[in-house]
Amino acid sequence: MEKIKLEGVTKVFGNHPKKSFAKYKQGMTRDEFKEKTGHTLGVLDASFSIHEGEKLVVMGLSGSGKSTLLRCINRLFEPTAGKVIIDGIDVTALEAEELRLLRQKKFGMVFQRFALLPHRTVLKNTEFGLEVQNIDAAVREEKAREALELVGLKGWEDSYPNQLSGGMQQRVGLARALAVDPDILLMDEAFSALDPLIRTEMQDELLSLESKVNKTILFITHDLDEALKIGDRIVMMKDGRIVQIGTPEEILMSPATEYVERFVENVDMTKVLTAKDVMVKPVSISYPKDGPRTALHRMKERGISSIFVVDNERKLKGIVLAENAKECVEGSAKDFDSVIEKIDVMKVQPDAPLQDILPKIADIRYPIAVVDDGEKLLGVIVRGSVIAGLAERGSIQ
Amino acid sequence: MITIPKFPLGEGIEYGINYLTDNFAFITKAVSAVVETGIEGLNQGLMYISSFSPLILIAVITVLAWLVSTRRIAIGSFLGLLFIWNLGLWEATVSTFSLVLISTLISVMMGLPLGILAAFYERFYKVVMPVLDFMQTMPAFVYLIPAIPFFGLGPVSAVFTTVIFSMPPAIRLTCLGIRQVPFDLIEAADAFGASRMQKLYKIQLPVATPTIMAGVNQTIMLALSMVVIAAMIGAGGLGGEVWRAIQRLKPGMGFEAGIAVVIMAIILDRITQNIKSKQ
Repeated sequence: MEKIKLEGVTKVFGNHPKKSFAKYKQGMTRDEFKEKTGHTLGVLDASFSIHEGEKLVVMGLSGSGKSTLLRCINRLFEPTAGKVIIDGIDVTALEAEELRLLRQKKFGMVFQRFALLPHRTVLKNTEFGLEVQNIDAAVREEKAREALELVGLKGWEDSYPNQLSGGMQQRVGLARALAVDPDILLMDEAFSALDPLIRTEMQDELLSLESKVNKTILFITHDLDEALKIGDRIVMMKDGRIVQIGTPEEILMSPATEYVERFVENVDMTKVLTAKDVMVKPVSISYPKDGPRTALHRMKERGISSIFVVDNERKLKGIVLAENAKECVEGSAKDFDSVIEKIDVMKVQPDAPLQDILPKIADIRYPIAVVDDGEKLLGVIVRGSVIAGLAERGSIQ
Repeated sequence: MITIPKFPLGEGIEYGINYLTDNFAFITKAVSAVVETGIEGLNQGLMYISSFSPLILIAVITVLAWLVSTRRIAIGSFLGLLFIWNLGLWEATVSTFSLVLISTLISVMMGLPLGILAAFYERFYKVVMPVLDFMQTMPAFVYLIPAIPFFGLGPVSAVFTTVIFSMPPAIRLTCLGIRQVPFDLIEAADAFGASRMQKLYKIQLPVATPTIMAGVNQTIMLALSMVVIAAMIGAGGLGGEVWRAIQRLKPGMGFEAGIAVVIMAIILDRITQNIKSKQ
């Protein structure tokens, strides 16, 4: 379902934005517009929708208008033209008081520089959004405590923001936004001020949180890795314009403009690709239906030295090496079951990122099995398939 | 030779002041009555307590100093006040203290809202700031003169001039404090749907408090210095002692009263300064 819809949202900064925007002509660049009117074009003609529960990332360099666009959505900046529609309500047409109530109910916002109140404790900071709504003190304390627990800050309620590290302060920022239980989270470069390690941790936390609370998230960032990790879809912006909208895959595989391409070429593909992107169709035998002869035959056919063994429901049982199967056939080993390697098989889920798999692939003797939640064998990862997967996407570094 | 006639600035001002005293005496009389009652009430109350023993008040101030600031300041205040008592200037000190307290109260009560308005309305700010510059640079004695036709000789005139003289920092620093509140805090408040009043009470004033307190501290200091000068128009107190010492050419007496003023200034300054640093 459509949660937020933007129709031609435009923001011009200056003393007479409307008047100067009337002078805008199709195809004018930002600089030309500035020269002609003395006004700055913040965002031009942004149109897209965000679905309920979707994580949409707006990405671009500083000055690309991404933060401006975000602020147009809750009208912290008044759009010069265009419409913002949330749950069917035209936000741009609301009176000041209606807008205030809408902000209270629909939005939770997280800021780049945290924007915590220095004179309040962590708990009181978290209560802020509820306090503004004049919610009963006992209720808001309870909700604030819940939100703090959700972000892992239980026990820090009575500390002051300046006693916390940057990462923890931003957790407070996140808790403050979650405490009001909004439909939409607006995150303005929320993790950009954090150091890389904390940043990754916060991204993971956001993703796991999101699966628990199911919010529509609009995330602003200038970091493509972050965008790829968080976004269901990514909106690429340049000079106030949207240059491409698509899933991370689409952005990476077919960059719409040179600008997007330049971004994408520096991406470490191992962070983007997952096990299912590089796995190949598994070669396997079904046990006990198939015996050592079948196994040997299939291995010979494919020119491989080991083969996975599954049961009749395709559940992974283990792996058999060619030499062991041969011993069975020749009669030197007792029975087939005993030569099936059961413990040493490495299994990964299909959505495991490639960067986690790569270091392991060098150490193990067998291919890696890709299995689903029910242990069913979906595919196989071997060194060759990883390299092929990376090469296909044009990035081996 | 052409002579340019003198611009009748003084005449104009006098005409204006006369006009005000003739036509608005009811206002000045009402203000006078209220302020006088306040000063007299406070002064007499403090003197009544002191009639048992000044030690009571000294103890109260010491405890207060201990509570709002540090132990060192509390001990310093205790010794300083004992010394003033010993010099025989207790009554004059209480009277000066009453004037300072009432003047500061009025200054802050007027200065705080004016400062808030100046922070919010650019036009008001542009009008108020030059007026404040004028108020602060005009030699303080000059205010004493119109005070007399308005309020007569005595403590009310002293309070009037003191308020004019000591209010600017309260306005200035309130305005500055509010303007200095980081923009992202205001934006956060807006994003969560805070009303204008909620923003003021929950964010702007609390965040600006240290700056506002610095303004209050300056107001108190200026009030103290003006109250001493206002002895010329019959304010009495420690300034009165100094004034008498001047007329009789008794430097010892003058310095005694002067040192009492210094002690009082230090106590008031340290206590109010430490309120904020303790937060």
